[in-house]
Amino acid sequence: MEKQKYMNPYLAGVLLGLVLLAAMFLSGRGLGASGGIKYTVVALVGAVDKQHAMESPYYSKYFENGESPLKNWLALEVFGMILGGFISGALAHRLKFKVEKSPKISNNKRLLFAFLGGVFFVYGAQLARGCTSGAALSGMAVLSVAGFVTMIAIFGSAYIFAWFFRSLWI
Amino acid sequence: MGPLTILSEFPEWINLLIAFLIGIGFGFALEQAGFSSSRKLAGMFYGYDTTVLKVFFTAAIVALAGSQLLSFFGLLNLKLVFVNPYYMNATIIGGVIMGAGFIMGGYCPGTGISALSIGKIDAMIFLIGGMVGAFLFAETYPYIQTIAMENYKGPMRIDEWMGVSPGVFTLILILAAIALFWIAELAEKKFKRADITSDI
Repeated sequence: MEKQKYMNPYLAGVLLGLVLLAAMFLSGRGLGASGGIKYTVVALVGAVDKQHAMESPYYSKYFENGESPLKNWLALEVFGMILGGFISGALAHRLKFKVEKSPKISNNKRLLFAFLGGVFFVYGAQLARGCTSGAALSGMAVLSVAGFVTMIAIFGSAYIFAWFFRSLWI
Repeated sequence: MGPLTILSEFPEWINLLIAFLIGIGFGFALEQAGFSSSRKLAGMFYGYDTTVLKVFFTAAIVALAGSQLLSFFGLLNLKLVFVNPYYMNATIIGGVIMGAGFIMGGYCPGTGISALSIGKIDAMIFLIGGMVGAFLFAETYPYIQTIAMENYKGPMRIDEWMGVSPGVFTLILILAAIALFWIAELAEKKFKRADITSDI
């Protein structure tokens, strides 16, 4: 089957906005993504070296209540995201294992920069207490200054760095 | 009256079930928008595809205006909705690091998860990198704790900071978004790359 076109961006924006509004109305909070990644790491570190996790000033707070760090709003939301994306991809015939890249670069180069990009992004998101979802989008919807500043910082910085990394994309 | 799970004191499992269902909607919306494609996302920074801006601002305005309306009609107590705290230095430095990660990796965490869900291997590697990033942050936390805490301003609100009402600020944001959408449509024509957009 031919893969289908993406949804009109303004319509997709309305849909995403309604999902965010539902999170605010039902649970009193916004969406998130990097937080889910953090809880996965916290759970992994706890499973591998519990003593290190309990002694660390960063990890210990997630083990205080004695429950798994994955029994958490953000972690459950991220599990749901994978299912939701899968459903959308299946309906649009877009499910396929592939490395997406410019034809001008090799798979290895794409994967190396994908890895480095992930390291930078989530490190920055931990420092800024949220990423594009949790800090920028959800923050703007509740009028928080942190949300607007995060949005400007992420996109402004990406525009500046785009010149240096243009060979990866164009 | 919302937020439902806070005011109704539902058991914890209902709140977690809601989180899972919200996640399904979130992942579905991101994939439908085309955020499961790194080359589509990167188009934002080279002008050939500005979907990111259109989806992002439309979503922010729908949620902002929607929550203001629900509050106006007494259906949602906005004082109980989480407002992100503003740690000025950490927000700016973290944001700049995130922007560098965005253009190197082609994804942000949410869009990476969306791309993973349809089988993108580059997204899987991006997220493994993300887990390493979270691990490095935790291990280096004692050294950067000062930066992380500097210039704490509390859950500061932009409408209050500008001295306008939430309604007036929402209107300003809508007008700004319309101007940005207009520029975005022009950019897509000027920086058109049919070879890339036909491929994604």
